[in-house]
Amino acid sequence: MNLHEYQARELLRRAGIPVPPGEVATTPAAAKAVAERLGTGKVVIKAQVHAGGRGKAGGVKLADTPEQVADIAAKILGMKIKGLTVEKVLVAPAAQIVSEAYVGVIVDRESQSPVMMVSPAGGIDIEEVAAKTPEKIFRARVDARYGLLPHQAMALAFHLYTDLALVRQASDILQKLYRAFVDAGGSLAEINPLVVTPENEVVALDAKLVVDDNELERRPDIEALRDVSAENPFEAQAREANLTYIKLDGNVGCVVNGAGLAMATMDLVKYYGGEPANFLDIGGSSNPEKVVTALRIITADPNVKAILFNIFGGITRCDDVANGIVAATQQFTVRVPIVIRLTGTNEEAAVRILEGIGMKAGTDMDEAVMRAVAVAKGGAAA
Amino acid sequence: MSIFVDKGTKLVVQGITGRDGSFHTKQMLAYGTTVVAGVTPGKGGQRFESTVPIFNTVAEAVEATGADASVIYVPAKFAADAVFEAADSGVRLVVCISEGVPVLDMTRVMRYLQEKNVRLVGPNCPGLISPGQAKVGIIPGRICAAGPVGVVSRSGTLTYEVVYQLTRAGIGQTTCVGIGGDPIIGTNFIDCLAAFQADPATKAIVMIGEIGGTDEQNAAAYVKEKVRKPVVGFIAGQTAPPGRRMGHAGAIISGSSGTAAEKIAAFEDAGVTVMKRPADVVPLVKERL
Repeated sequence: MNLHEYQARELLRRAGIPVPPGEVATTPAAAKAVAERLGTGKVVIKAQVHAGGRGKAGGVKLADTPEQVADIAAKILGMKIKGLTVEKVLVAPAAQIVSEAYVGVIVDRESQSPVMMVSPAGGIDIEEVAAKTPEKIFRARVDARYGLLPHQAMALAFHLYTDLALVRQASDILQKLYRAFVDAGGSLAEINPLVVTPENEVVALDAKLVVDDNELERRPDIEALRDVSAENPFEAQAREANLTYIKLDGNVGCVVNGAGLAMATMDLVKYYGGEPANFLDIGGSSNPEKVVTALRIITADPNVKAILFNIFGGITRCDDVANGIVAATQQFTVRVPIVIRLTGTNEEAAVRILEGIGMKAGTDMDEAVMRAVAVAKGGAAA
Repeated sequence: MSIFVDKGTKLVVQGITGRDGSFHTKQMLAYGTTVVAGVTPGKGGQRFESTVPIFNTVAEAVEATGADASVIYVPAKFAADAVFEAADSGVRLVVCISEGVPVLDMTRVMRYLQEKNVRLVGPNCPGLISPGQAKVGIIPGRICAAGPVGVVSRSGTLTYEVVYQLTRAGIGQTTCVGIGGDPIIGTNFIDCLAAFQADPATKAIVMIGEIGGTDEQNAAAYVKEKVRKPVVGFIAGQTAPPGRRMGHAGAIISGSSGTAAEKIAAFEDAGVTVMKRPADVVPLVKERL
């Protein structure tokens, strides 16, 4: 789960990291009021959306007066950045910057450890730095049992600054960032840029925090930060039903059990000349209700011209899936043809259930995919 | 022959009285796996299905029964501690089926296991099966048959699909290992490739990967250098968009790395024969046996 910048800033502030003041606003008038509270001087208005490249998209602007803040906020609020509508802006004083650095921590798959990274080349996309000037990134592998050790933090800080006062401040920030990362159940935490002010203070100007979805069950305080309005509504609906749904641009709707098989099914749709409309994994357990929700979500996508079920029954029982399809057709009109492939646990019962409502089911994956692609193209009946 | 589990494996089930644990223990017993003990804290002294003795701790179970492998079916939030407990008990193999284990938990687990002589398979995996000998986990026994092919995969149901196609075509397996779809897992492709290379009964290897990370690329480099048996590979997720987690926590393309194209190129470079679709497994393996 992604947190908004203003939420991440608040978590870092609570961890003791120096973060400039600033508040979030949802209307131009509220943004103006924040600017008035902040007092004199330049302020920055930043779109709060789960997308990178906000600056380039025009979602980050400077203003000199509260009136200007209101005007700019009016332009940014409602703006679309990478398909996401901006619902909130952060209003903060524009810091005076002597230098910009990058600091971050990720869970590294290769070393199976958290890795703390710093770079004196801050303020820009760190992936770009990694690609173009990898020698400007410094890393420390963390033993997760002990956390980031003070000497590791100090060594990293010496790669950023030479002035000992700055090194000590940065080292302290790195240790606090690591703790905030662990406390939030993060898979990534970044401060970019970490800046030095004319007063020789090191402060976090921006903050990014991505939380491991598997941590949310035991961290209700973090789960409460979820901004449903910033998500695709169907993906949110799927998540509540314990389904994984990702919308794509094609016209063959896919309902599959298991993530690997779901990806392989999408690939096979493409292999036979079609385009998948979505990734959808109904998961391991087979509650007929899940199938109903899955069909509701897929039929709401106007691009979908055919729906393909690909079920390999193990823990998932084919008869449960069949009952779900029957229940869905009783609850609402499924306006597109359904092609069903199922095999495995309780396959025979499933076939009987489907025959009861005049539907057929095959057992071969390739045949089903080919038929679904043909149906979506309008060339065949289901 | 087989890898990691065989007829002699003596299994302890952690979470044996839970919903998943009890269901799959019955399946494992029905398959012929030697389940010597179960563990559920507070139920020590009872018996599962009036046969398998239940203990309060894994250490007690190992002490009393000589169990040498454990399988974990506990809720995700208790899974890391269950792995620590198994590792401390002296078993040589731990298979963690639990799904949804926080990745930071796994960073601690993996550091801890480095100091122990134990192999972890998973988490978030279907486990493994050596057909005709033992099944540890949840892979349906009836889709497998004994034979000469080693199968290793990051997926669950996609593995079933491929294994079932092999079995229906009369091609059996030495062992099928589902290593799990999480970013941090105990046993990776290379561990399984090395074991299959060393297993005289395995004549060909099927490797099923997916988008995300670099495990398949590392595996390809290993095949090139060390594996002298034919390897047939598949990568799921060619149509997956970047930046989106495709169900599995580990299946995510970040930036330009972890794509299916990158992995397929690595396979081809290493001489791994790449399947274009799951059904290709049958002719490609047949040709190479």
